[in-house]
Amino acid sequence: MIELQNVAYSYGGGELFSDLSLSLPPGSFHFLTGPSGAGKTTLLKLCYAELKPTAGRVEIFGEDVRGMSRDRVALARRRIGVVHQDCQFLDHLPLAENVALPLTVSGRSDAGTDLEDLLAWVGLSRQANQLPPELSGGERQRAALARAVISSPEIVLADEPTGNIDWDMSQRLLALLVELNRMGKSVLVATHDLQLIRAAKAQVQARVLRLKGRQLVTAGADL
Amino acid sequence: MQEVWRAASLLGGDPQADRAVPPSGFTARLTTFTAAAMAFLAVFALALSLATGRLADRWSEELARSSTLRISAPAGQMDAQIGAALEVLRTTPGIAEARPLPPEETRALLEPWFGPDLPVETLPIPQLIAITEEAGGYDATGLRARLQAEVPGAVLDDHTRWREPLVDAATWLRLLGLVALALILASTAAMITLAAQAALAANEQVIRVLRLVGAQDTYIARAFVRRFTLRALGGAVAGAALAALGIAALPSGEAAGGFLTGLGFRGPGWLWPLVVPPFAAVVAFIATRAAALRTLRAQS
Repeated sequence: MIELQNVAYSYGGGELFSDLSLSLPPGSFHFLTGPSGAGKTTLLKLCYAELKPTAGRVEIFGEDVRGMSRDRVALARRRIGVVHQDCQFLDHLPLAENVALPLTVSGRSDAGTDLEDLLAWVGLSRQANQLPPELSGGERQRAALARAVISSPEIVLADEPTGNIDWDMSQRLLALLVELNRMGKSVLVATHDLQLIRAAKAQVQARVLRLKGRQLVTAGADL
Repeated sequence: MQEVWRAASLLGGDPQADRAVPPSGFTARLTTFTAAAMAFLAVFALALSLATGRLADRWSEELARSSTLRISAPAGQMDAQIGAALEVLRTTPGIAEARPLPPEETRALLEPWFGPDLPVETLPIPQLIAITEEAGGYDATGLRARLQAEVPGAVLDDHTRWREPLVDAATWLRLLGLVALALILASTAAMITLAAQAALAANEQVIRVLRLVGAQDTYIARAFVRRFTLRALGGAVAGAALAALGIAALPSGEAAGGFLTGLGFRGPGWLWPLVVPPFAAVVAFIATRAAALRTLRAQS
């Protein structure tokens, strides 16, 4: 579904990684870990075409991102749910509308009960009518997850999704990701929460990739 | 065809897309005010152009219609000179009719000054010949030269000398009115572009979020385009209505007969103010759409 082949990305003269390859086949579950500043967020951005590689080739749903128009990128993003590290919302719209935004912009605005169920699941039913600036960091993160999965995407990319939430909520979030994975979605989670990774490995066949020295290495055994 | 449909869907708008952009009170009012002011000016420029156009047409029509030949000659030569003049006029291309004024018409012309009982036949009054021209007119210079040679006592007055500058002025005023209209149009487009740019810059985060959840450029543009088009339309309706009322309130009356009271719309001309608001909306639509799509494309 997403293929990175010999990808390099550099900015400001420095090379963040080089000759990096990654494949996210349907139904796979990956963790991406590594020290801060290693480029986890950048790697995710390459996966949803927010950034384009400086060398190598990135394919999203079989399409080379270099040849994709802005509209093609938009269409591809409807099939990818992204939980951003800095969750950004439309601050003037209530939470419920923000969560339903991916449906709204693609012309499927009949969210209805799905939306209510989803909000209940992430524990935000009471906050449905609040504005995003009124929410706590954890609530925002849960809302971001709800927004990422509402359109039933084929791939879920999550950047530090448990950064601001307690262990209990982390578990529930993980359970949702695992559930989505069992439904055949590909999941890629960037995190340095090793506890979360261990918890996941008990539930699902997850591969752990570590960004280290501008390369991606499989890190399974040491966990 | 697809472009047309897209344009239509952009204009038709999407209330959902509209909600995606936060309402912006102050700039919204500025856009509406600008559109109103511009529509007001546009209606006046239109009225000016139409009025001066009418004036120019009327004057040049009257100018082209008639001229007068005045023959002064000693009594004995008068008939001979009139005959010669008529012969010259008859053979001049572009003249439809030449008619010596009969004594009773001459008397009527002089009556205001000399009273009804003037014995014109016995006075050495110049004889007038009324000339009616064909549509194409005649060569006045050529005619003058021939008359000078054959009828030395004849003076041709083709009214050109005093009408032509007026017609020139009216034509020039009409041109200025049209230039003013074009400038108003361009200024409207420029101001709405600026307002739209400001709105786009102020809503950078909105645009980023919409992009990230898979909104296409046209969806994002639609939110801005619809809003600015409606603002411009609303403002222009108000401005054009006020201007039309102002023009309707001008004192009418042909008595003054002057240029000032002629300023305004006549009959179907009153439809022109109705054209202004939709036109302003179209300008706003094009300006905002171009600004939005340009800004969005610059981001990739």
